Amino acid sequence: MKTIKVNNNPIEWQENLTINKILKIMKYSFKMLVIKVDGELIKKNEYGTKIVSENADVKIIHLISGG
Amino acid sequence: MKINQNDFFSKHDPKILPIIRKATIGIAGAGGLGSNVAVSLARVGIGKLIIADFDMIETSNLNRQQYFMNQIGKPKVIALLENLKQINPFSEYQIHHIKLDEKNISLIYKDVDIMVEAFDKAEMKKMLIETWLSEFPEKPIIAASGLAGYGMNEKIHTKKFDNLYICGDEETESQKDISPMAPRVGIVANMQANLVLEMLLM
Repeated sequence: MKTIKVNNNPIEWQENLTINKILKIMKYSFKMLVIKVDGELIKKNEYGTKIVSENADVKIIHLISGG
Repeated sequence: MKINQNDFFSKHDPKILPIIRKATIGIAGAGGLGSNVAVSLARVGIGKLIIADFDMIETSNLNRQQYFMNQIGKPKVIALLENLKQINPFSEYQIHHIKLDEKNISLIYKDVDIMVEAFDKAEMKKMLIETWLSEFPEKPIIAASGLAGYGMNEKIHTKKFDNLYICGDEETESQKDISPMAPRVGIVANMQANLVLEMLLM
């Protein structure tokens, strides 16, 4: 199985995998996210267009109010 | 009484003090996190702190922020400067009474060695982190996420994502009309300050 890692959890890779698809697969509904793919920052306007390649290391960081 | 700088630093480790005295640390926000981070880093003797915040002190802030009753109504950065000078007058403090945005962050903080994110609102945290990672990818940023409520010491942690560090439990959101409380905010702020030291001395 071809995979990527999302916050260290392996998930199945597929063709044309975007950040939005990954968020759906992971059932992440949080709004305030910082996302990095292989160490590179992905801005919100790229969530629907950036294609995530096989074996990518995806980090999704959920930011919570309070301070 | 004459205050002697050598007395102030007499309990500091002489092997690490020169590194600490040379460091410049940025703090974005001077509320619960920022005021606590600033107080700890001033006590440690960090050479220079750059602190920005647009807000004024309200009575309700005193539940967790390092201010006093006679400072209510003052800009937080002005009051924080007064308090830091009372703690350690031998460091340099640069304050900015300004709302930080994508444009002014890189101007105000371009000379810092490490950046500390100390905002309250999640959207401001995101704005700062994304601006920082884009503008200064080689410089570490230490953010906080998830510190409302009380107890649950075992849930609070630090995670590293390349040059981005997150301190907090990453799950407890501050509820409407309920602000975070002194112990947990203080813990997370001091984890951020502790990580600043660790990185400087690595």
